[in-house]
Amino acid sequence: MNTNYSDLLEMYKTMIKIRLVETKVMKLFEQSEMPGFIHSYIGEEAVAAGICFNLNQKDMITSTHRGHGHLIAKGCKLDLFFAELYGKSTGYCKGKGGSMHVADLDLGILGANGVVGAGSAIASGAALSIKMKNENNVAVAFVGDGAVNIGPFHESLNLASVWALPVIFVVENNGFADFIRTEDHLKIDKISKRAAGYGMPGHTVDGNNVEEVYEISKDAILNAKNGKGPTLIECVTYRHRGHYEGDPQPYRTKEEVDEWKKKDPIKLTEKILLDNKILNNEIINSITNEINNEIEDAVNFARNSSEPELEESFKDIYTDLVERDNLV
Amino acid sequence: MIKISYAKAINLALKESMKDNKSVFCIGEDVGFGGAYGATQNLKEEFGHDRVRNTPISESAIIGFSIGSALCGFRPVAEMMHMDFIAIAMDQVVNQAAKMRYMFGGKAKIPLVIRCGVGGYLNAAAQHSQSLESWFTHIPGLKIVAVGTPSDARSLLRDSIEDDNPVVFLESLALYDKKDEVPEEYIKNPLGKAEIKKKGKDITIICWGYTVYQSLEAATNLFEKYNIDVEVIDLKTLYPWDRTTVFESVKKTKKVLITHQAYERNGYGAEIATEIYNNCFNILLKPIKRVCSLNTPVPFAKNLENYVLPNSEKIINNTRDMFI
Repeated sequence: MNTNYSDLLEMYKTMIKIRLVETKVMKLFEQSEMPGFIHSYIGEEAVAAGICFNLNQKDMITSTHRGHGHLIAKGCKLDLFFAELYGKSTGYCKGKGGSMHVADLDLGILGANGVVGAGSAIASGAALSIKMKNENNVAVAFVGDGAVNIGPFHESLNLASVWALPVIFVVENNGFADFIRTEDHLKIDKISKRAAGYGMPGHTVDGNNVEEVYEISKDAILNAKNGKGPTLIECVTYRHRGHYEGDPQPYRTKEEVDEWKKKDPIKLTEKILLDNKILNNEIINSITNEINNEIEDAVNFARNSSEPELEESFKDIYTDLVERDNLV
Repeated sequence: MIKISYAKAINLALKESMKDNKSVFCIGEDVGFGGAYGATQNLKEEFGHDRVRNTPISESAIIGFSIGSALCGFRPVAEMMHMDFIAIAMDQVVNQAAKMRYMFGGKAKIPLVIRCGVGGYLNAAAQHSQSLESWFTHIPGLKIVAVGTPSDARSLLRDSIEDDNPVVFLESLALYDKKDEVPEEYIKNPLGKAEIKKKGKDITIICWGYTVYQSLEAATNLFEKYNIDVEVIDLKTLYPWDRTTVFESVKKTKKVLITHQAYERNGYGAEIATEIYNNCFNILLKPIKRVCSLNTPVPFAKNLENYVLPNSEKIINNTRDMFI
């Protein structure tokens, strides 16, 4: 084990936070209190936690439709996050983005994204700006295994490599692209093999092992910052929930899901920390309670916030025009 | 005044913008070699390859990388060699660049210009000849500019680069060699102003891009041969468009013909016509006419291409019809 325990504990806390937020979101959605599409990150927490533990506030990420984990790991504020998911005026995007479009540019979160693979180009552009400004930062594009077969992913990895941009492409292979199993949409066994075709290093890691994710990405980020260009990291993990909340999941069995739950990333880390007496049940309870309190406050903030005014529909389309053409 | 070609005017605007503002850079296929049609000539020599970036043939990456850098404070000018190829980058233009500011609640700013080579009369056939402005006028979040003269090419490209929003900028490839007068000094204007290129009292012809010179030629002919006094309005910015100038002219002339090189069906002329009907219906003496590309792909053979695309003769004939 290379990672020190205090770092591992921090990543554990991030994973717990993601899990508890997602569990709360799930419940609120089931109760029809929260609108929209919800794509749960439960089961994949080690990827966001491990990668983002390497990042500072000026490092940038692009996220996906399944983005809550990345946002939380990059430090997003839960009150603004929940208010956005509720479609309230106080939300991150004034209620105009929702779950799939949360962004906080001050924290380097260049947006969750509703279009699969699109973020790989945008993160590369952010990396281009880092390079042109000669800054010592990195951009990370989180994508799923479903993104690796779409054109912009290929275009971006190739050009980012040609220009040696400080960008890391993190592929969360959670076993499914929508409903389609990875083996039914990919002929190769490891997505990292693609890296050779782009002339960059590629790694496949156990995406449920936060330490492994952290260590591999630490090296990749260091290389990127030293001008050695991008790296492709495939994190093999598993989506505990369906593609979206409410997905009937005819494409897999409960037994399969249960089998993967035995490899739950949080339990794996918890065991290490318990075995080494960094954690005990009392500490776990106190961590959980603290986060749950923060979540309750955030949910209450969201509940008590007002809906956006109708006038808001016309704002923020342009920097200098307020669209009122269709105002009745 | 200096007399330079349309391509040279584009080149001048890029050069001036890059000199003025270090955050402006060019990105696209072959831009470091002057571009396929010469608009970026000598820019790499003057500003270096960091700011004049040759890319692979990867339109999605060209636009996506531009968006990412624009989010971080740069002002990229991306080139789509032919507008037809923007189809490959459509998600980045329409779902990303156009929507980010809105989806993020006003936090993002995307000062991006997408220069698109547009239109026919090149014998380039159906995949290299289209004018696709109405794909983009449909999308909230984008500004659309189409220039028809060297002077407007220079000033509106600079205005577009100064604008803080994504701008789709249409350059008529068949005009690249066309020389005309350009003011030596650039005066900044916000996008959204039309220009009355010729004053008249009998009919308003609304045009943009390649049909501007065609309309002016038609106007001269119509006056000399038929004593019809045409007012020619070059819309220049298709969104936001200059409703005031258009409606004032229509209220004076009471007749309207709209001409653009894009297909007539669902062309932007239909939107302009509807707005004129909504605002000037009782004044109009005749139904609005449109002179556009026929609703066919642009054919290769010269006689077919000439048959399908609008020209000054068609503008003249359709205008005369409105006075019979």
